[in-house]
Amino acid sequence: MKKITLPLSPEDARTLQAGDEVLLTGTLYTARDAAHKRICELLAAGSPLPFELEGATLYFVGPTPAQPGRPVGSAGPTTSTRMDAFSPTLIAHGLRGMVGKGDRSPAVVEAMKAHGCVYFAATGGAGALIARCIKSSELVAWEDLGTEAVRRMEVEDFPVVVAIDCEGNNLYHTGPAAWARESERRGGGRMKPLGVAGRTPGQGG
Amino acid sequence: MRTIHSDAIVSAVAEICQEAAFRLPADVRRALEEARGTEKSPLGLSILGQITENADLAERERVPMCQDTGVAVYFVELGNEVRIEGLGLAEALAEGTRQGYTEGYLRMSIVKDPLFERVNTKTNGPPVVHVELVPGDRLRITLAPKGGGSENMSAMAMLKPLVGKEGVAEFVVETVRRAGGNACPPIIVGLGLGGNFERAPYLAKKALLRKLGSVHPDPRYAAFERELLERVNATGVGPQGLGGRTTALAVHIEAAPCHIASLPVAVNLNCHAARHASVEL
Ligand code: SF4
Repeated sequence: MKKITLPLSPEDARTLQAGDEVLLTGTLYTARDAAHKRICELLAAGSPLPFELEGATLYFVGPTPAQPGRPVGSAGPTTSTRMDAFSPTLIAHGLRGMVGKGDRSPAVVEAMKAHGCVYFAATGGAGALIARCIKSSELVAWEDLGTEAVRRMEVEDFPVVVAIDCEGNNLYHTGPAAWARESERRGGGRMKPLGVAGRTPGQGG
Repeated sequence: MRTIHSDAIVSAVAEICQEAAFRLPADVRRALEEARGTEKSPLGLSILGQITENADLAERERVPMCQDTGVAVYFVELGNEVRIEGLGLAEALAEGTRQGYTEGYLRMSIVKDPLFERVNTKTNGPPVVHVELVPGDRLRITLAPKGGGSENMSAMAMLKPLVGKEGVAEFVVETVRRAGGNACPPIIVGLGLGGNFERAPYLAKKALLRKLGSVHPDPRYAAFERELLERVNATGVGPQGLGGRTTALAVHIEAAPCHIASLPVAVNLNCHAARHASVEL
């Protein structure tokens, strides 16, 4: 298990590879889609941001309220696709790391490759466990967003996996593909799809 | 007639909101443990280890196992000999939800309007309520809080009846594959078959409430559930969508009669934080 200090150095960002299990220690900023939208608006207007984006790592999280005596409530990752529309802009402005869950869009991966940014997957639904790694949490901006406000978090040994590295290797593609082959070798899912005509495509969400 | 005062409903509901958030049901906990026995991906094993450790920690320290404490979805069995005094049933459930989510430091995740006023209601209400009238003088309330991640990846389709079992299986596998890591696998797949356009998703959600490890009473569906589980796990999606043998812990089916021209299919995915809690008054 690799130990990585935040803010992520450009060298660390380049050496991390998809599939690496990593423990993160240092500073993270939290932001979900509402905060991303505001950050992009400020960038478009050329206005200063409430925190230094250059070299920063963002954690996509909306914690539960902190119980008395605790720095933070339950704090696992949210689905990253909602940030896909904004991430390329942030990456172009120096964002070096992102922590969330689930696959990213091709445009995000391209931006990561162009600028040397890493995407880490934290375990979705492990909010209590992750909260234990968060030593402090302090409001940075946009209190009106409630759980979605931007916070600075100091974390210690936060367990994550490099899901997409800055060469664009993507564990969301290679991992399942490898294990589907393993299953096939074992004769799993024996009954193969036949290709049925007339299926109505499902609508997610 | 038996009279139940809404105060009793409010406090019981406030209690189960917190129980559900803090304590993973024993059947889910057991299924996760079993998955650790069969998973072969080292990363998958490490993730399953985090998930079980998280569940234990949440229960011990009474903190929410997941920060997305969800939409409060209630399944109510209301005895036809019960009279509710005070607040109406829907109001009592909403008030219990507000109290439970406030006292438990749970996350309020509901906005007032889907399009024009995405402003947090700060009560986690209104909840989603399904009421079934049953004989007797009991009131049974089951809460199944549902997070956005797995709910957003759920899907519904009106298939042509001729596609049969195979068409349904393809739709299920495709939905799980498309969900990937977003639904926080290992997942539980609720499959609602038949009924009509609005009934199939209800059946799918209801199917998620069945105990893991239980067998469908109809042997044909029991066999179909086993086949679907095998095919879903053959996708290799794995824990958190990063690859492995454990994509789903179970596939549960609820079927209902339907129109001669229809085959409604709904797939409701639930994450490993498959929370629910019940109370009987
Ligand atoms: S899908 Fe479930 S486990 Fe994952 S973040 Fe949402 S509620 Fe939590």
